[in-house]
Amino acid sequence: MPGICAPGVVFCHNDSPFAMTAIATGANVSAMSSVPQAIRLTGKRSRIVRERLIESLLMLAALVSVFTTLAIVYILISESVVFFRQVPLWDFLTDTQWTPLFDDAHFGIMVLLSGTLTSSLVALGIAIPLGTVIAIYLSEFAPFGVRELAKPFLELLGGVPTIVYGYFALLFVTPLLQILIPGLPGFNLLAAGIVMGIMIIPYVASISEDAMRAVPMSMREGSYAMGATRFQTAVRVVVPAAFSGIASAYILGISRAVGETMILAVAAGMQPNLTFNPLDPAATVPASIGQVALGDLPHGSIGYQTIFAAGLTLMLFTLSCNIAGHMLRRKFREAY
Amino acid sequence: MAASDVHAIRALIASRKRWDAAFAVLGFLALMVGVLTFVALFVDMAVKGLPRLSYEFFVSFPSRRAEHAGILSAWVGSTLVMVVTALVAMPLGVASGVYLEEYAPKNWVTDVIEINITNLAGVPSIVYGLLALGLFVYQFGLGQSILSAGLTLALLILPVVIVATREAIRSIPQSIREGAYALGATQWQTVSDHILPYSAAGILTGMIIGLARAIGETAPIITIGALTFIAFLPPAPVSAEPPFLNFEWLTSPFTVMPIQMFNWTSRPEAAFQLNAAAAGFVLVIMTLAMNGLAIWLRYRLRKNIKW
Amino acid sequence: MTAILERVGPAIGIEAQNQLTLKAEVRGLSFHYGAVRALKDINMALHEKQVTALIGPSGCGKSTFLRCFNRMHDLYPGNHYDGEIIFHPDGLNLLGKGVDPIEVRMRISMVFQKPNPFPKSIFENVAYGLRVRGERNKRNVEEKVEQALRSAALWDEAKDRLHQLAFNLSGGQQQRMCIARALATDPEILLFDEPTSALDPIATASIEELIHELKEKLTILIVTHNMQQAARVSDYTAYMYLGELMEFGVTDELFIKPKRKETEDYITGRFG
Repeated sequence: MPGICAPGVVFCHNDSPFAMTAIATGANVSAMSSVPQAIRLTGKRSRIVRERLIESLLMLAALVSVFTTLAIVYILISESVVFFRQVPLWDFLTDTQWTPLFDDAHFGIMVLLSGTLTSSLVALGIAIPLGTVIAIYLSEFAPFGVRELAKPFLELLGGVPTIVYGYFALLFVTPLLQILIPGLPGFNLLAAGIVMGIMIIPYVASISEDAMRAVPMSMREGSYAMGATRFQTAVRVVVPAAFSGIASAYILGISRAVGETMILAVAAGMQPNLTFNPLDPAATVPASIGQVALGDLPHGSIGYQTIFAAGLTLMLFTLSCNIAGHMLRRKFREAY
Repeated sequence: MAASDVHAIRALIASRKRWDAAFAVLGFLALMVGVLTFVALFVDMAVKGLPRLSYEFFVSFPSRRAEHAGILSAWVGSTLVMVVTALVAMPLGVASGVYLEEYAPKNWVTDVIEINITNLAGVPSIVYGLLALGLFVYQFGLGQSILSAGLTLALLILPVVIVATREAIRSIPQSIREGAYALGATQWQTVSDHILPYSAAGILTGMIIGLARAIGETAPIITIGALTFIAFLPPAPVSAEPPFLNFEWLTSPFTVMPIQMFNWTSRPEAAFQLNAAAAGFVLVIMTLAMNGLAIWLRYRLRKNIKW
Repeated sequence: MTAILERVGPAIGIEAQNQLTLKAEVRGLSFHYGAVRALKDINMALHEKQVTALIGPSGCGKSTFLRCFNRMHDLYPGNHYDGEIIFHPDGLNLLGKGVDPIEVRMRISMVFQKPNPFPKSIFENVAYGLRVRGERNKRNVEEKVEQALRSAALWDEAKDRLHQLAFNLSGGQQQRMCIARALATDPEILLFDEPTSALDPIATASIEELIHELKEKLTILIVTHNMQQAARVSDYTAYMYLGELMEFGVTDELFIKPKRKETEDYITGRFG
């Protein structure tokens, strides 16, 4: 079927690459000047349709991420709404017991939050100082060879499955700690927090280091030219300059710590316990979701809805952390 | 400059340089904490687990008797789930990446898509499990099956694949695209003939990293309801008689390696903990190998492609 | 000392010679970036409290030469110096193996091509050199900062916003602040690496005027790709080409009656 020809164009019904080239390079000058862009676009209707179709398919694929977020929000909220019709919000926030599967059920999210808070504080107490020191070291001090080895190593460290870290915390770190701290229970938040902290170090270190490397060399030269040492330049000039990037690394680390499930499920036990003492066993929000899910959860039961309410709480927190971290990173990138 | 001034300066510089040296040591020690932990973890797994690793271990089902238990159902389940994950995440991720880099106009829709991808990268894995439970298992009626698990993990690693695809595509210089368009290629022809082949290695790297992450994920699978004691295999996907391919395995109950390890770790008997160490060792080797492969690929890429 | 004067003497009047002392002497300086030889056997004198300009086409090595004076090349691996730069009056070889680059940088300051303020307040920027030297006395620091800002002709504009971020200053103001920062530690030599190439003509004029005032207190070595600027601000000019020092002399004489054809070709614009 002949394509749509513009007046003066001889080859437009021909599919040959030669014709296309001729048109594209303006070989037919008079035709080009009178009918510019239109020629190529109206060359073959079916080609246009095909291109548009492909573009739409690709866009649909990209929209999957939006659908996923919407689906998450929808699922969490719709099940939580059902939950909150049966359990008053006030009770949820202030009850001091978490026993969703018992006959006399209590739903105090505070219990789980205490476990999350305590373990996260332990983890961040390790990840933030060590991660920052490692980042400064790799960015400003380390010789090239050390850096080339350290960066892939940190990636590997962050890639170990969390169940393996959980095993390590329960069966290696806890016995070790029990030597140092007699009377430490087999399940405790401390061992889990320490291992979780070490797992988060690569996140904090690599984002902070990227932020520091983005600081222009001219700023460092300005500092060295004043007679400053490496340490002075790193601490007085580079770190302040990379501050918002480093802050976003911390925030993302917090989000990671709060959302972690397996290390705590395995090593801190899954018994809800309202405590701020790292030496105690306790359940965190994600671990408790996992524990409830391990049992039988008939669709529509209160147990089923509980995990969605807990999940909603978790999601709200990590979402705000992620948004804050993202905005900080954006702001930092604009500055340079 | 007076001699005493010079002396004072030299003393000052010397004391400042001590701080330099002290920090370099501190930084190195901090790095060593990570190294030591990794080594301790690896050696611990190896020492406890290696003795248990035998042919029988790989071909036996879990059992109440620790010495007879094995990871057959677990690694078969993991493999099948990974197949689904890869088959779903790869096209979706690459298509999204291609759309965002080659087609998407700079408008609010594109912004929304990009924000979503960044957010999804930070969502805790257990929330993905909740999504799967509510949506795939119940709403879509897919049940507690390999299909649900594969879809969930595909969504979980989607941001990783998308980001890797975008980075790979971005590194292709504009002059290549211009050359293709100038010869009259359409947008899709440019993408399929040039952009995709040249970025294939980078995309593959991202896919490997994503799968390495997926293989170790436990929380979402627990939430879907993968059972921890599975003493049978899902129906085989391929069979000798027609139809040669069947899809029953997609809807079958299953277990995966991390869940099996979790189950054994939770048992107080020492013998089961040895099994857990063995399973963990296998897991660590698998993830190390995959991550190592990805890192090596990335390194080779950087060396070879000089645009 | 006499040897140098013999080389330079004919270029400046005999009367002038007796009034000048040397701040630094460059003897046989060669510099390598890895395997590349960027500077070839340079001999030059730097006169005290005079402005010496380095001119030459792009890539001739003038910035490389400048950076030898404060050992900036030490920051990057694979660099290698040959020869000496003797610093007067103590006769110290700045490039000596046992000489600490940090010590050198505390006595020789530098202003860069693009202003590079730190992410701090104007006050803290200018006070940086003092802090690095461990100066704790608050009064001293405040005095020196004010003095430096006055010398850099920035005090009036900055005095009401000393504690605001330096990033908020205009390009010309930032560069003057960088000059103040370099001055606050009373350096003996001030190095300028194309200080006005990133600035507009008005800011450029104010900096040139500043250089003129500053030379009463210290020795200045300035790299510039703008010949007219060299003619305006400097007392001595060195013409470099492909890593070698082609000609060195009193500015007026070098520009009016250059001794070498290469110099004349460059000055008259036969190549860029």
